[in-house]
Amino acid sequence: MIETADQIFVILQHWIVGFAPAGVRWILAALFSVIAILGAFGGLFAVTTILERKGLGRIQNRLGPNRVGPFGILQPIADAVKSLTKEDVVPYAADKVVHFLAPVVLVLGAFSVYAVLPVGRNMVLANLDAGVLFFFAVGSVMELSVFMAGWSSRNKYSLLGAMRAISQMISYEVPLILSSITVIMAAGSLSTVAIIEKQAGYTGILPHWYVFTPWGFAGFVLFMIAATAESNRSPFDLPEGESEIIAGYYIEYSGFKFALFFLGEYLGMFAISGMGITLFLGGWGAPLSFLAWVPSYLWFFAKLLAMIAVFIWIRGTLPRLRMDQLLNFAWKFMLPMALINLVTAGLWHFLPQGGLRWLVCILMVVVPYVLLGRGLMQGQRLEKRVYQFAE
Amino acid sequence: MLGEGIAKGLAETARNFFGSYVSKERLTTVQFPEERLPQPEAARDFPFLVYDGPDWQAGLRCVGCQICEKECPPKCIYIEKSKDKKPDALGKPQFYPAVFNIDISVCMSCQICVEVCPFEAIKMDTEFELSTDDRFGGLLWDKSQLAKSNEHYNKIHPTEAAEVDARLAEEKAKAEAKAKAAVQAAAQAAAKAAEAKASPAPPSAPPSGSAPSDSAPSGSAAPSAPATSSSSSTVAKND
Repeated sequence: MIETADQIFVILQHWIVGFAPAGVRWILAALFSVIAILGAFGGLFAVTTILERKGLGRIQNRLGPNRVGPFGILQPIADAVKSLTKEDVVPYAADKVVHFLAPVVLVLGAFSVYAVLPVGRNMVLANLDAGVLFFFAVGSVMELSVFMAGWSSRNKYSLLGAMRAISQMISYEVPLILSSITVIMAAGSLSTVAIIEKQAGYTGILPHWYVFTPWGFAGFVLFMIAATAESNRSPFDLPEGESEIIAGYYIEYSGFKFALFFLGEYLGMFAISGMGITLFLGGWGAPLSFLAWVPSYLWFFAKLLAMIAVFIWIRGTLPRLRMDQLLNFAWKFMLPMALINLVTAGLWHFLPQGGLRWLVCILMVVVPYVLLGRGLMQGQRLEKRVYQFAE
Repeated sequence: MLGEGIAKGLAETARNFFGSYVSKERLTTVQFPEERLPQPEAARDFPFLVYDGPDWQAGLRCVGCQICEKECPPKCIYIEKSKDKKPDALGKPQFYPAVFNIDISVCMSCQICVEVCPFEAIKMDTEFELSTDDRFGGLLWDKSQLAKSNEHYNKIHPTEAAEVDARLAEEKAKAEAKAKAAVQAAAQAAAKAAEAKASPAPPSAPPSGSAPSDSAPSGSAAPSAPATSSSSSTVAKND
């Protein structure tokens, strides 16, 4: 019974595919998975937009949207209708082909990465041997589409936003990948399914997730900071800074293309959160051994929603960074931390199990953190501002 | 240490998030169409015309003097004075505005019309939900749309309306007293005149030199009666 509940979608897929002739079964199976991914994550996008607006509202002591449907839950539908019925304006001087392709490429890339993301036991579209590599390679298409959008609009603010986005994304891609390499080192595989299997065991009731090791914890924090920057979310939302460059690379987009950018952005956030879950939080594994009877895909989506909640929380808390702060943080803090973390992960592998290993690795994480943090804060003392003439 | 401020900030926003579910003080939103805050008494937006009594046409205080039309800075008031007169609330014949239009799309809510009106006839309303899909006709209000009862005025601006009512009552009482006094004086004068007319006939007892002096006061008394009656009629007109 538990087994059936866990595998219900896999069984359903086999059952439906069983009706087709043998020659086209593989393509039907792939189609089934693709439709499931499109539906599940597209739906999650709709849910997240309303949850985000509600959550941000509550953080700011407001109610948030509550007019469309009970408690405003039909707001995404109203938004979709609005964006579909709006006029699609293309600037006269724009490179029309690229201008059209940019949102398409973004959404395409954002959806492609879900191919290697296991959302449950036996529930992955393609179990690639180089799954993580595929994820980051296809994930980089986002940068391309952002620059396509910024460049083809023939608008200075767009271009400025796109250039900001490129410099930010490239800067943060380095610590993002370096922090996930620690997991690849520990698991000895690039396959997402194999990485989750490595984290499947339990000690007592606690799982063997990589986040519960010193290097894994540091790696997870670094990964999530870099992921925030990669998905252009607050406080790293400089590319679309409304107050500075009036929405950056998607100024010249309206109507449904604008909605596609929105969709792509959120899909990127879900995908990178899903990758963080896969690498550090045991994928679809249950967090406590006695909860293993809950279907695996439920655990995956529970973890994903928790990550989204953290993203929303952080967005409601932190103000936008300045460009120099952003790049200083990437190159002077994130990169050294990620490199040291690589060494820590190696030490963890070679040191014998026991208290000494924990002590050494925790020191390897904490000491650089404190020192680098102090270095980063140097000369950043806030003083009372003195006005020359206003006094 | 690095990250301390971020942790503090996250704690604060978490407190806000959960606090907004438990504490009513945090969530200050008034959900407008369903919930409304009472309007402050000093609220004002566009002028309206006050009428007394049940019938707005009969009770309109406005006499069509056109002072507000002349004073209105953006010139949003248009008045046509009537040719005939009809009795006002006090029963005196007055002019009335045959046409009284206010274009509230032009009105700037300065309240100058209210300040210059000598008859307490125009006051500021507090009704603000005036949106319309016809921006020309829908925002040009005529007399029938502008007329609102004194009770309405008492409801939206109770303190101010009480003062106005008291002042009007006082003036009315004064006018009535004056009219009464005038009537009395006229009656007295008439009586006196009658007396004076009656008195010179019987006594011719005083010496002959006093006859012209006797006729002088009676002569002065006689014209005084019409004088007082005419002054009382002017008072009545003023009120």
